[in-house]
Amino acid sequence: MNNEWLILFFLVGASFVGLVLIFSGIVAPKSTNPQKFEPYECGIPTEGVTWLQFNVGYYLFAILFLVFDVETVLVFPWAVVMKETGLAAFIEILIFFFILGLGLIYAWKKHALIWE
Amino acid sequence: MQNRLGPNRVGPFGIFQTIADLFKLLFKELIPIKDADSFLFNLAPFIVIIASFMAIAAIPFAKGLHAIDLNIGVLYVIAVSAMGVIGVLLAGWSSNNKYSLIGAMRSGAQIVSYELSVGLALITIVIMAGSMQLSVIVEAQRDGWFIFKGHIPAFIAFVIFLISSTAETNRGPFDLAEAESELTAGYHTEYSGIKFAFFFLAEYINMFIVASIAATVFLGGWMPFHVGHWGGFNQVMDFIPPFIWYIGKTFFVIFLMMWFKWTFPRLRIDQLLTLEWKYLLPINLVNVLIMAFIVLMGWHF
Repeated sequence: MNNEWLILFFLVGASFVGLVLIFSGIVAPKSTNPQKFEPYECGIPTEGVTWLQFNVGYYLFAILFLVFDVETVLVFPWAVVMKETGLAAFIEILIFFFILGLGLIYAWKKHALIWE
Repeated sequence: MQNRLGPNRVGPFGIFQTIADLFKLLFKELIPIKDADSFLFNLAPFIVIIASFMAIAAIPFAKGLHAIDLNIGVLYVIAVSAMGVIGVLLAGWSSNNKYSLIGAMRSGAQIVSYELSVGLALITIVIMAGSMQLSVIVEAQRDGWFIFKGHIPAFIAFVIFLISSTAETNRGPFDLAEAESELTAGYHTEYSGIKFAFFFLAEYINMFIVASIAATVFLGGWMPFHVGHWGGFNQVMDFIPPFIWYIGKTFFVIFLMMWFKWTFPRLRIDQLLTLEWKYLLPINLVNVLIMAFIVLMGWHF
């Protein structure tokens, strides 16, 4: 495999952003004004710190995502060999999805899928 | 769809407007924000652009015209393009702005949720193709595109892929991450000049990537449109070069995504998550099983 292409694309992306930023830094005007560097919150000075606690709902969905994403990665190899393996693979995926479905129903009944 | 005249002063029909905008943004001042985490603030544009560029590497534009033909192509593209969310989260987190933070968190929840649907919709097709290599998937569609070969499950998978990839690129009715009327501009509120342009560029590259994956996996990539035994018709279709076919299909999907954007109103976040977890995900799981059953019985063409 010629995986060096991936490194090339990585470097092209990084140097594209870097060079354009340097160029923009040279040609763009600079001026200082104490008001200018304030965070924009509709013209009102910022109250308190920004990094506050936020809704626990985001964490719940992150955990659910973790479960199902690992499942997706597990199903990918199965999908590749499904055609050749035939019936055995189909029965196995039925069992796998049955357990997974139970997990989804559990999350549903526990109201984990409702945004509060 | 848009009941207005576009910008039409720059060049004939305003076709140079994009270039003019680019130059304008290049010559704008880059404003460092007070108390922002400047390292992460500057790192975020790098991550979003690199993620998009690396995803382009695996896309087959025509026969043999791809930078790298990975044997796990499909998985690679969805994995790398999902890395962009890290850049979005960093941008929102490091800006020291509450709107940016809210936008970034919404974007995170949205992208990781819809990632599942993208993966499962592609799995439906991988079952039929029996390979994750993009060139093999295209080659398998020589005698008919997968959206036609796979009966109804392939069509359902296509629709789900369209919905969830629109959500994944933060576009259309799913643009809560940058909801202008609520969050000013979401995660890139504090970015100015060319750094702001990088986020927009990444959004459009991502749109191109998901559209070209949809074209490759569902619509036959660079394969021309063939109808059964219509020899003459098929020869006329073969005459159009593969690259034109590929670009045409990709722009068709991009057109669909823009159509969504102008047609539907923006969703609320609870509606967004309900749509994914209570509708798309169960439908998708059942759809994968139906497709597996069809392949098992050999009912596909």
